[in-house]
Amino acid sequence: MRIKGILLALLLGAVASSSVHAAGGGDYDHAPINIADTASLQRGAKMFVNYCMGCHSAQYMRYARVGEDLNLSDEELEQFLIKGDLTVNDYMMSSMPEEQSKEWFGKAPPDLSLTARSRTEDWIYTFLRSYYLTDEGWNNTLLQNSAMPHVLWELQGVQRPVYETKTNESGETREVIESLELEQAGLLSPEEYDAAIVDITAFLAYVAEPSALERQRLGKWVLLFLALFTFLAWLLYQEYWKDVKK
Amino acid sequence: MAKAASMLSKNADAFGQWVDKRIPISSFWKEHISEYYAPKNFNIMYFFGSLALLVLVNQIVTGIFLTMHYKPDAALAFGSVEYIMRDVEWGWLIRYMHSTGASAFFIVVYLHMFRALMYGSYQKPRELVWILGVLIYLVLMAEAFVGYVLPWGQMSYWGAQVIVSLFGAIPYVGDALVEWIRGDYYIADATLNRFFALHVIALPLALLALVVLHLAALHEVGSNNPDGIEIKANKDADGIPRDGIPFHPYYTVKDIFGVGIFLLLFAFILFYAPDGGGYFLEKDNFAASDPLVTPEHIVPVWYFTPYYAILRAIPDKLLGVVAMGAAIFVLFLMPWLDRSKVRSIRYKGLGSKIMLTVFAICFIRLGMLGTAEGTPAETLESRVWTFVYFAFFALMPVVTSMENTKPVPERVTT
Repeated sequence: MRIKGILLALLLGAVASSSVHAAGGGDYDHAPINIADTASLQRGAKMFVNYCMGCHSAQYMRYARVGEDLNLSDEELEQFLIKGDLTVNDYMMSSMPEEQSKEWFGKAPPDLSLTARSRTEDWIYTFLRSYYLTDEGWNNTLLQNSAMPHVLWELQGVQRPVYETKTNESGETREVIESLELEQAGLLSPEEYDAAIVDITAFLAYVAEPSALERQRLGKWVLLFLALFTFLAWLLYQEYWKDVKK
Repeated sequence: MAKAASMLSKNADAFGQWVDKRIPISSFWKEHISEYYAPKNFNIMYFFGSLALLVLVNQIVTGIFLTMHYKPDAALAFGSVEYIMRDVEWGWLIRYMHSTGASAFFIVVYLHMFRALMYGSYQKPRELVWILGVLIYLVLMAEAFVGYVLPWGQMSYWGAQVIVSLFGAIPYVGDALVEWIRGDYYIADATLNRFFALHVIALPLALLALVVLHLAALHEVGSNNPDGIEIKANKDADGIPRDGIPFHPYYTVKDIFGVGIFLLLFAFILFYAPDGGGYFLEKDNFAASDPLVTPEHIVPVWYFTPYYAILRAIPDKLLGVVAMGAAIFVLFLMPWLDRSKVRSIRYKGLGSKIMLTVFAICFIRLGMLGTAEGTPAETLESRVWTFVYFAFFALMPVVTSMENTKPVPERVTT
């Protein structure tokens, strides 16, 4: 019993430590995505190809794999997702030349294959909903002075910042964005826009780890097998140890 | 039919004898497995040795398959890991088994070491078992460190930068040493290549050799047990310890059960949280390494963080490195720091019990602080725990030689 107590204490310590770690994270909105929702991933794939791939690649992702996982035939892939003279076996590469993109934007648009894992899904979801327009142009509350313009503004409409004056401890005041307000409606209602961003985020989460679905599907069976194995091992152990324990 | 079967078994026996005359397989099996007498009172803490061996095999087997697809080249390494995760059949599973296995290795080894501290398994005559174990731990840390560099993500790169630069704190030769380790003026392709060589050949060979020696030393002196009683002191007429049972079949079947429990936990993490909540695979490491962009928050993987906290607790770089090194090397002295007449914590005095508990809390707390950002309050707390860490070892000779111990029973208890 004593040892179990110690082990429990160690375990609790490990759990408590995660709160220390989490303190470093930002304040993002929770992305209500479901990578098992194939229709959502299909819509997200279409959005990604139409709106993101002009500049961004998913260099580790093959179209064929997207087709396999999202139930799209080669014909459907070619019809809806693949542009130019690429084939289903190609990686999802943007056609924008990297050298020129550096001149145009100041830096090359990053590859998005793993953004959902390096920045988290919540970050992507929050980022795409945090654009606003000022007299100086587009900006983003999550990534100040981002080199990326608001590509989806036609869908979302125009958000304007609502400022609040804050005073710090030394009495200095400064303007802080308190919230964003939709000034001009876009093609989509705010709910429809959020749903579209959920789809893009879900697709990027899928792209970051295409094996995730298979992993979770398989996990149940592996655990079931191991549970059975462990039970049989326990029976064997009990049987042999009868002579030791008497 | 019956005749054929008996012919077959006769032939098999003859073949066995033929082999045995040329290589001592059956006597080896007897000595180390079927007639190796282990105390019958092992508890849950005694699963972790065989589990460490299991994880070692897992790392080697999965490692071989990863090596078939991985490219140790600064331009290709990151992409080749993603290739494994996506395009290689079962590549994702093999990679996660290896990356989760690394963390599992340390969890198992830390519990295994803690078991030794609890029951005094480092005391005479097991000093060399313990010392070889600490050497295994040291090589394992080196192996894990160079392995973490291989995916060539941001944390691989900057982690390597921070750890390798520690050698620069050594007076006079520091800078030259750092350059020699890196093989370049910064962490670069040359570094990645040599770390790959160390990770797949040099260190695993050293690890395997040490594991063999660790087991050879253990089997020479025999296993300790939760009571810390020397079972060889009480043998029956056949020279078999009265409290001993043959390792096989008793502990093989028991360890298989332990393996089942372990694999259930391992598979649960593997299939449902392979990045271990950002602890086993840090999220920054999913961004390809970029020498021009320093991550905001460089922390090593969780199993190094207690020592990292000690390093950061000390304001002077050289002294910090010295303290970090001392924190590990002091472990070698354990057999001589413990002056107690008894082995097991069960029969030691209250002082030892309190010290061991505080030490466990201290190690976990340092590990937590090592992952934190290092605010002034956290640094102060790290200093306190660093002091406690060394106090555990410094006070041990005093406490263990002065405290009252309980009488140790003649025979093992269950």
